[in-house]
Amino acid sequence: MARVLLFGRLADQAGWRDRLIEADDLAALRGALAANDPALGEALAAPGVQVAVDKAIVRGEAALTAATEVAFLPPMSGG
Amino acid sequence: MIVTATVTLAEQPFEPGALVTAFCANRQETGAVATFVGLARAEKGAAAALELEAYPGFTDAAIGEIAQTAIDRFRLQDVHIVHRTGRILPGEAIVFVAAAAGHRREAFEACDFLMDYLKSRAPFWKKEHGPGGARWIEPTDRDRTDAERWD
Repeated sequence: MARVLLFGRLADQAGWRDRLIEADDLAALRGALAANDPALGEALAAPGVQVAVDKAIVRGEAALTAATEVAFLPPMSGG
Repeated sequence: MIVTATVTLAEQPFEPGALVTAFCANRQETGAVATFVGLARAEKGAAAALELEAYPGFTDAAIGEIAQTAIDRFRLQDVHIVHRTGRILPGEAIVFVAAAAGHRREAFEACDFLMDYLKSRAPFWKKEHGPGGARWIEPTDRDRTDAERWD
């Protein structure tokens, strides 16, 4: 189980920004999100989209526990 | 002396003058305080409002890290950064940066350095609301080359 957060255009595209999803690791989480919304799955896998697990950028795989927060971050605009 | 920056994400409008006054108070060894205030432009009617999204806990931590880099690089005595989030109207302040140093050069350069980072690399997502609807904004080439001056 993970709490999934979407930011910027990803949240607009998905129509939600905060959701609990059952998954043991990032790959399973991506799979669950893509099964539910294939266009979103593609957008989350696109170059330039970074993933933060518990507020730290992760490249590659990560295990998820009950309280894990996973954020998908589209390219940042600056302030 | 260990110096840590103060970084605040503000959902409501803030008054820059009050921040400058507070930042300058009670300093015996500070010779220079440089400040920068960024305002939202109307773009001649094209931008009715800006919407800035942050990731609390992540965005402020990332800004804090770059502020720490500025403290070390420019030997600063203090840094205060306030950044608006949410819906921002033309004329409202978006960002406030203050740097305190022994002498002016370091304070000026630190503000310049921090703003180039904030404009190009800080973790915000920016949407412009105009007459034709809303669009997401990404950094301009100018923002990127400004930031590269310091690499």
